[in-house]
Amino acid sequence: MSNVLVFFDELGEALTPAQKELIAQAAALGEVRIAVAAYDGDPTPVLAVNGVQEVYLPEVSLPAPEVAIVDLLETSVAESGAVVVLGSSTADANDALARLAVRLDTGLISGAASISADLVVTKSELAGSYTTTSQLVSAATPAQPLVVTFKPNNIDPQRVDTLVTDGEQPEVNVLPVRPSVGGVEIEERTAMEVSARPALAEARVVVAGGRGTDGDFTPLEELADELGAGLGASRAATDAGWIEHAAQVGQTGVTVSPQLYISAGISGAVHQRAGMQTAGTIVAINKDEDAQVFEIADFGVVGDLHEVIPQMIEELRRRKG
Amino acid sequence: MVNAPLHIITLVKWVPDAQLERRYNAEGRIDRSEGVLSELDEYPLEAALQIKEAAPDREIRVSALTMGPAGASTAVKKALQIGADDAYQLTDDDLIGADIWATSVALKAAVETVTGAAEFDSGEPEYLVLTGMASEEGESGALPAQLAERLGAHVVTYATALDLESERLVVIRSGGTESQRVAVTMPAVVSVTDQVNDPRYPNFKAIMAAKKKPLTRFTLADIGLRREHVEPKVRVLTTAARPPRTAGEIITDEGDAGVKIVEFLAKERLL
Ligand SMILES: Cc1cc2nc3c(=O)[nH]c(=O)nc-3n(C[C@H](O)[C@H](O)[C@H](O)COP(=O)(O)OP(=O)(O)OC[C@H]3O[C@@H](n4cnc5c(N)ncnc54)[C@H](O)[C@@H]3O)c2cc1C
Repeated sequence: MSNVLVFFDELGEALTPAQKELIAQAAALGEVRIAVAAYDGDPTPVLAVNGVQEVYLPEVSLPAPEVAIVDLLETSVAESGAVVVLGSSTADANDALARLAVRLDTGLISGAASISADLVVTKSELAGSYTTTSQLVSAATPAQPLVVTFKPNNIDPQRVDTLVTDGEQPEVNVLPVRPSVGGVEIEERTAMEVSARPALAEARVVVAGGRGTDGDFTPLEELADELGAGLGASRAATDAGWIEHAAQVGQTGVTVSPQLYISAGISGAVHQRAGMQTAGTIVAINKDEDAQVFEIADFGVVGDLHEVIPQMIEELRRRKG
Repeated sequence: MVNAPLHIITLVKWVPDAQLERRYNAEGRIDRSEGVLSELDEYPLEAALQIKEAAPDREIRVSALTMGPAGASTAVKKALQIGADDAYQLTDDDLIGADIWATSVALKAAVETVTGAAEFDSGEPEYLVLTGMASEEGESGALPAQLAERLGAHVVTYATALDLESERLVVIRSGGTESQRVAVTMPAVVSVTDQVNDPRYPNFKAIMAAKKKPLTRFTLADIGLRREHVEPKVRVLTTAARPPRTAGEIITDEGDAGVKIVEFLAKERLL
């Protein structure tokens, strides 16, 4: 069976849904080995998952954008003999894996949705308007592993849970990699506030608000909580400071592909659509019947969100009894 | 001590207009017959101009560099109008269908050609490459890191604020779960997001002035590369257009739309 190397740029006290999904993608291809760059304490118990054979760690934790992460990856590839390296397409992981691909002189496919057993990668292109498949030019006789970064939320979470199950603690292999000196220095780190709601990119339902909220996100928050949804926004709303930038959905924000996207007081500019038009079902509330968002909505309400949203909340509560 | 001169190279890309329909052609490549200067590349250009304007005592040059088909000259010309001092365009048929790997090979050689040719009055220049956060049609965001790896330069991505100090650039960025203040020394490749500034529009005077600014065109051979150096590592096998989304049922609120939405969600089994 072939070896697959998975890269986690950081590992916390538990695997995130996106990390579990990566393990699931990898386990379908072969034996899984995981390289972890930044961690606290002993990361192995968290990685005690069936199918995970071995874990590669640097001598000390390497928080991104530490360039020695690329050394860790390069060494891990050599140790594991992996035929493919998988990671997430978030900024720090994408950067490290992009550099790895240069070091290995191999191809990189970023933002993938899935990968087949013969290493053909499927991804969504042009803001979700196309689906492409691609592979290494040298796929028949690969000299080096293919490097692929993945967007989250491509496998149903329930399915991920059946694929990623508790197992024995993997073997730990500490590699002789230490932080680099000079060049790029992190002078200050501020943890971003983590919302108690589902992470936007991974949420099955997203409730998003725009300029039409007039700055008050309370009704949308309540609706999100009623639906167990993540909370998103347009750039107009994040630029106005009504909600944190991390909530921005769109071309330059988060790309989401939930089962349900509820858009309220958002006009539906092309930049916004780029981040949400692959949602399963789109519901839009906008007081302007000509708003662009209605062109892609499965169910649209021409109306005032300040009336429609509270009524939705009331109706949802009534049904729950 | 006098600060060393600084050569800022901003990468600008000519991309299909996202406001129009974008498509793949029969060869499995994005149709590039029409294009515009990528919106996302106006931010690094603005950032470069702001750095230059904030340091009047330092010799700073802003060059715009593009790689693309012949039409890409409109991207560098616009960059000149916005305020770049000079512009460079790499065009070669052997670059058609380049993947990230090949693009970063070509841009590395192009950046070295541009920095190698530039002459400064006040000493040996340092260089800084500024890019947008991602290309508008490829969306991978992987180019800055690949380019830096090849140049042996430092890299910082997704900058939301920049401040040039005498020997380093201080950058605010957000990685994944934290916001960071990072100091980087030259040479460096830094990508900036659309949070970093508000790009200016060229005015009439700037448009007229741009006509006199130098635009240099080169081919692969001019930057010391041959076809075999830029053969892509990744091949696209198939492309399929998703059926476009169509509008569903649109109702006007008559006082019961909130209930109607919930009924719709229940019917679609989305609750
Ligand atoms: C390079 C670049 C990148 C960008 N990236 C993004 C991005 O990632 N994400 C993004 O969202 N935008 C992005 N934008 C901005 C984008 O172009 C739009 O300007 C933005 O999405 C508009 O936000 P909005 O819909 O909230 O505001 P508006 O366009 O002002 O629309 C507000 C809407 O609310 C409706 N409304 C008002 N009051 C009510 C009410 N009481 N009830 C119901 N409806 C009401 C109005 O009819 C209107 O349709 C980007 C722009 C650029 C140039």
